[in-house]
Order: sequence, then structure tokens, then C-alpha cells
Amino acid sequence: MSITSLIVKREYTTRVRKKSFLIMSILGPVLFAAFMIIPAYLATIQDKDVKQVAVIDESFILTSFEEGTSECVIPDTEFLKFKLVEDTELDVLKENFSSTGYYAVLYIPKNILASNKIIVYSDKQPSLDITSHIRSSIEAEIENQKLAANEIENLEEILAKIETSIKVSSIKWTKDGEDKKSNTGLTMGIGYASGFLIYFFVFMFGAQVMRGVLEEKNSRIVEVIISSVKPIQLMMGKIIGIGLVGLTQFLIWVLLTATLVLGAQKLIMPDLVQQSPMEQVTSNELFTEHLPTEGLQGQLPDESAEVDEGAEFVMDILDGLESINPIKIFLAFIFYFLFGYLLYGSMFAVVGAASDTETDTHQFMLPITLPLILGIFVMITTMNNPDGGLAFWFSMIPFTSPIVMMVRMPFGVPMWELLLSGSLLVITFLGMAWVAGKIYRTGILMYGKKVNYKELWKWLKYKN
Amino acid sequence: MNILQATDIVKEFQGHKALSNVSINVPKGSIFGLLGPNGAGKTTLIRIINQITAPDSGTVTFDGHSLKRDDVFRIGYLPEERGLYKKMKVGEQSMYLAQLKGLSPRDAQNTLKEWFDKFEISGWWNKKVEELSKGMQQKVQFIITVLHQPDLLIFDEPFSGFDPINVNLLKKEILKLRDNGATIIFSTHNMASVEELCDQITLINEAETILEGEIGEVRNKYRSNIITVGVEGSIEGISKNLDKRFELLSTEENGIKKEVRIKIPADSKPNELIQALIPMTEIHSYNELIPSMNDIFIQAVNKASKNGK
Repeated sequence: MSITSLIVKREYTTRVRKKSFLIMSILGPVLFAAFMIIPAYLATIQDKDVKQVAVIDESFILTSFEEGTSECVIPDTEFLKFKLVEDTELDVLKENFSSTGYYAVLYIPKNILASNKIIVYSDKQPSLDITSHIRSSIEAEIENQKLAANEIENLEEILAKIETSIKVSSIKWTKDGEDKKSNTGLTMGIGYASGFLIYFFVFMFGAQVMRGVLEEKNSRIVEVIISSVKPIQLMMGKIIGIGLVGLTQFLIWVLLTATLVLGAQKLIMPDLVQQSPMEQVTSNELFTEHLPTEGLQGQLPDESAEVDEGAEFVMDILDGLESINPIKIFLAFIFYFLFGYLLYGSMFAVVGAASDTETDTHQFMLPITLPLILGIFVMITTMNNPDGGLAFWFSMIPFTSPIVMMVRMPFGVPMWELLLSGSLLVITFLGMAWVAGKIYRTGILMYGKKVNYKELWKWLKYKN
Repeated sequence: MNILQATDIVKEFQGHKALSNVSINVPKGSIFGLLGPNGAGKTTLIRIINQITAPDSGTVTFDGHSLKRDDVFRIGYLPEERGLYKKMKVGEQSMYLAQLKGLSPRDAQNTLKEWFDKFEISGWWNKKVEELSKGMQQKVQFIITVLHQPDLLIFDEPFSGFDPINVNLLKKEILKLRDNGATIIFSTHNMASVEELCDQITLINEAETILEGEIGEVRNKYRSNIITVGVEGSIEGISKNLDKRFELLSTEENGIKKEVRIKIPADSKPNELIQALIPMTEIHSYNELIPSMNDIFIQAVNKASKNGK
């Protein structure tokens, strides 16, 4: 086995066997899965408590008088009931609020038409769902009443006619003349996620390179080792070994997250899985294409109407994926992840070599953190204008291109730009590795010396 | 025959001369002492031999050819600044370092087992380095240095951190390695062990060689011609009546023990002083004061510094 691969192997195995690697490997997917599952899960569990809201309507606008009884016009929902209170004053309710059992008191003042204001009293903060239900119901009712006051004939027909809902579907023209449906939300999501992951990985594993170099310096093993191997071999072995750890961690995350999300869907939300629009789509197709029997079709409409919207959403995503070309993005991600990490890893190695303690490293961190954070800032602008000048230039500059180009990727990037950005990155990495090797070689054998940028420049110029 | 020959080595670090025209010749099968005060340039020279740095000018010849990359596999180096990966297990770490020196995993395993048995540390194989004491770590380090049976061994302060029992164990092993054909370059400030072990020395001061040669010759060269004589009776008599050729340096009276130090001319024989003393006093002991390497080191360095200024 060659010397460098021995070093790579040690760096890899010692790190992969660490407890922290195991914890990160499990915690990462759990967190990712939680981000995906919990909002969906929360959406499925609604508040099961039935809440009673007392309504004091001084304006009488929201009270309907029918068959001798009066009722509040705000529609009840499954868990939210509105009860008109006519015989009790607000002050009395306030005094005995806890004993009345009401969740809240809705007070509609006399001058609501002029003031457009209502008040919800409660001893708790009413949830957004409740206030927005109340608001929209009252808005709708008052709007209706105002419309009715104009005494337009066939009002309801007219309203039904003018009701419009527009869906935007965008189609991308590709070079070979194909039309591809794109999905802006998905495109931005993928761009954002991969850009941010690269930022995160570069920082996390770059810092590990730095700490590894420091460890070797501080434990004084470095001189033992470089009497057998060249410093550049030690440095590159470390950077590559840790890079492989990063790749491994990434793949574990992808696999585990996928497993967790799918598993959780089956466990926590079996209903949701059954109603999975994707399946509905296929089943609909099955029915219409292969089993167009009248009896079955007769049973279908209700259900399919319900899932239509969901199915359309999923179809949009699938179409969107097609226009994005996931394999191309995956390959680009691996490329930019690797070379972005290699570029910054070399810089981190220099910082480690020039320092004695972790505290010493801070003074050299600026050249590393500045471009990375700049990349994140530009990333946000890039999402809104992926083909703008700012996005273009920062996806060419090797120090920001791994982040910014990944954001642009899903929107479609011309091949020549990819090639140019890629080669610039590789060339810069090679240059940086050469520079880093020279500084590293001197730095690892320096102890207890206060080092500054001028000193680094000197080291760079040393002959061997 | 010399296994290592460094000729006119010059190395400069940004205005500071670390080595200026230093040459050393290390005979095969010898123990060679590379001596010098802190900052004299010893470590720089050792690093050049290990190809950790390259000289600005000068040549290094190893076993008849000019030093090349593969020679690192024939050199074992125990640096002064040494350590191990603290979180790694002893056995695994030794295997790794042995393989870096070109041993196959199987050879590494076998030789390591032998050495671990010899040093009675087989039980540490699965311990983490951070669990070992400093001395224990040093033992492991020594083993790693000699494991690949190098032709040239370079020990920089090998005994630091060891207790006297282990120092003896180590000395024994170093001599054994020499007897088995290895050549040893030995850099230390412990002059007693230099006297004990070294065949040859080179003393470097402020980047230059100030003293070199076979250790017996060096010590001979620094003979002071001072005799310590233990006497009984009056010391006053000696100081009054001693021949002018002899210079009475000091007298010491400590209870029954009386001692005088007398410098004799370089061309005179010991008997001449004895004859001169016999009429004056009773002689109990008579010793020529041979300077220790410690004295020689201090004298040589002081002289060189004075000359430099």
C-alpha cells in the first residue's frame, strides 16, 4: 500500500470509528427527517378540544333572527363553536370568565362598519387559526351584506361567473426544442439545500483538517511521521481522508433520511400514505385506462375530486424534477462538494500548521470565513436572479463557486459556464495545495512562535 | 568506511545562519555524538539527514551514494520533540508507524510482538496512548524508531523522561543495536552518557564545528596536566618548598582529608612531582585530573564564543 493511502486510511478509520461520527450520522438524519415529518404530522393532528366562543354582538350585523331564535352567523367548525350571548354584559363575563367554560369572548362593537374592528377576549392567546377563521367569516359576511345592499339582480349568478382561480405552470424551453415543465419552488429548494449543505460541509470538515494538523503538532508526532513521509503526503493524506469521511457522512445522511421519512410516513401517518396522491394518480390511471367499467367509474368521482389537487402538485414536482435533471445535479454536487472542500481544506491545513492552539487559529480565519459567508449572501440573491451578473461572477470565482453554482444548477446553467467554473476551481485548488504545502512544511515544525501573515509569506518563499 | 558523510552543509533561515559549512563523517558501526548548546544547529543538521529540510548547499552521502528519498526507510529517527497520537491505541499506532517505514503488516506485527515482549509491555497493545505514563510512551517510541532495523539510527535526547533503570535498559539496547551492525548518531546534553557510549563526537556551536574527533583523542587534547594529591601533614610546607616548575593551584583541608591541586608542565612525567613531594609530605593518593566531557564542552563553547566576539 502506498504511503499516502496509508495516511488516508488512518485518517478515515480513526474518524469513522469515533463516537461523534456515529452520533452525527444518526442525529443528522433524525433532524432532517424531523424537519420534513413534523410539519406534515402537525398538520394532520388538529386540536381535538371543542372550544366554545361567546359572541356579544352589539351591532346585530352578525346575528341572524330566524324562527324566533337568534344565532351568530359565523359558521361553526368541527372544533370551534360560536354561541351568541344576549343576556350577559361583557363585564359580567369578564368577572366569571373561568367558571363560564368559554374559550374566548368575541366582542363586536356597535360601530363595526365604521371602525372595522372587533375584539377577542380570552385568558389565553387565541391561536392564529381561530382568529383568522373569525376574521375571514366576518369579512365575508359583511362584504355579502354590503353587496346585497346594492340590490343587484342575479347577484349570485354573477358572482359565480366571475369567480376565477389562476394556476401558473411554467415551461422551460430546452436547447433541443423540448418543452419541460418546471417547478420554481422545487428548483429553489434544491438549490438552497445543496448550496447550504456545501457551506456546512466545507466548514465542518475543513475545521476537522485544521484540528487534525493541530493535534499532530501538539502531540509532537509530526516530526516522527515526516521522517518517513513527505509533508505534502501527510497534508494531502489528511485532507483526502477527512474528505472521504465527509462523503461517507453525506451518503449515510441521504440514505438514513430517506429511510426515516418513508418509515415515519408509514408509521405515523398511515392515512396519509393511503391517500398519497401519487398512488391515487396511478390508480386513477389504472381505472381509466384498463378498467373503464361503468360501475367502478360511478364510485370514483368523489374521491378523485378530492385528490385532484394533490395529484396535480405531485405531478408538478415530478415534471419539475425532469426539467432539473437530478443526476446532473447530484454529480455537480459531488464535484463542487469535493473540490470546494479540497480548496478550503488546504487553507484550513495552513491555519493549523501556523498555529499552536485553537485560539491562535482565529487570527487566520478571516480569509476562510469571509468568502464562505459571502457565498451564502450571494446565494440568497442568486435565488431571485439566477442568471444575473452577480450570480454569474460569484459562480465563477472558485472561493464562492461551490455554493453559488449549486444554487444556479437547478435553474439550468449553460455547459460552458459549468466547465469554466469547474476548471477554475480545480486549477485554484492545485495552486492552493502547492502554496499550502510550502507553508505547511515549515509551519508544522514551528512551536511557540507568534506567527503573522508576514511570517507565512516568508515560509512560502523558503526553498524546501 | 563512513555510512554517512555530510560535507560543507550550509543552511540559512531568512538572515539567520543555522549551519555554516558544517561537515560530519559518521563511521559505519560507531556511536557518533552530535553535541552542541541549544540553538547550535544540531536539529537542523539532523533534519537535513532525515530529508525533512534540504540544505542550501553542501552534500550528504549515505552508504556510498548521495542521499535519496528511499533512504528514509533505512534511517530511524527519534526526535527530541516527539509524541504519539493520544487517542489511538498503542498497537494500532505502532502498526501504522511501522508501515509508514515500509514494513509489511505481517512483518510489522511480528517484530512489534518481539520488541513488546522484550520491553515487557505486551499488555499495553490495546491501551490508548493517553492512558500511558510519559516513560511508557517513550518506550513505545523507542521501539517504533528501531523497529524497521535501520542501518542508521538518530537519537535526539533519547533518555529524557526515563528513570535510571530504564535508561540502563535503553543503553543496553543501543549498544546491542550497534553490535548488530547499526550506526548510531546520538545527540544529547547528557555528557556522562556521551563519555559512556560515544566513539566519536562533533561539537557544533553557533552553526560551526568547533571540536571533532575520536572521544579518547578529544579528551587527551583537553588534558589539563593537573594532579590531585591527597596528603597528610602540613600543607604549608608544600606551598613554601615546591619547585617553581610546579604550580600549586589550590589546597583543600577538610577534617583529616587534605588535598592539593598542582599543575605540572606538559613535558614532565608524573614521577617527577612525586619525587618532589616525597620529602615534604606523606602521599595518600595521586590522580591525574582528566577533564570530563562536561568540562570540555563548557571550555570549548566558551572559547569559541569569546573568539567569535
